[in-house]
Amino acid sequence: MDPKDGSAAKPAWSEEFSVYAAEDAYVQRRQFTKFLVLTSFGMVAGQAWIWMKALTAAAPAAWPEIVVARASEVAVGSVRFFTYPTPAEPCILIRRTNGEFTAFSQKCTHLSCAVYYAPARDRLECPCHEGYFSPVTGRVLQGPPPRPLPRVELQRRGDDIVAVRLVEGAEA
Amino acid sequence: MNHLGNRARLRRRVAIDAAMVMVILVLMVQMWLLTATLESYLAGHHGVAAPALISSLVLFGFCGFLYRLVLRIDRDAR
Repeated sequence: MDPKDGSAAKPAWSEEFSVYAAEDAYVQRRQFTKFLVLTSFGMVAGQAWIWMKALTAAAPAAWPEIVVARASEVAVGSVRFFTYPTPAEPCILIRRTNGEFTAFSQKCTHLSCAVYYAPARDRLECPCHEGYFSPVTGRVLQGPPPRPLPRVELQRRGDDIVAVRLVEGAEA
Repeated sequence: MNHLGNRARLRRRVAIDAAMVMVILVLMVQMWLLTATLESYLAGHHGVAAPALISSLVLFGFCGFLYRLVLRIDRDAR
């Protein structure tokens, strides 16, 4: 019994599941709106996650200098794989057919598949969705990638090829 | 009397439907914002994350306000 008016107290479930058809429409809309608001909170959580990642993934104060290969050990038209600036970030060093060295992040800017160098066509190719990149600048030549590949700045010190910095590509 | 009751019910229904449409629109803006922020972050533009988070929070607050409005209309109808 309800102590205020003496009637039987309404059970909790009747708030969500009405026995009246007219009220039922209200209940369904309310629940749907609640679901939408929860989804809205999910969007905020996603934004917060990106913000946290942006805080922790700021560019290092000083880029490490890492010897990635000896020039004499990389044949013309071949590649050497290395990681830069951390062991979790794979990169590819290319000795192009004209003998020039370039290096890029190996993660495709579309969906992070590993790109490889095709010497016959002199371009970096992503096998997942046929995205092609220039082996000189890293810019997108064809396909769905939205941005150029991040380029690794190299310095030649005698026979050593040293990675000194990672440069994000501008938007396509 | 019954006629007035029906009109009041119709007004409430329109108000709830309008609130729902507003919530859906806000949610679409939030989805677009999240996609654009992620794209910018992956492009190395980390500076957009904080303003986008604040904007999304404001939109969520608006959604919450609309939800409370729906609850209040619903409660008044009972």
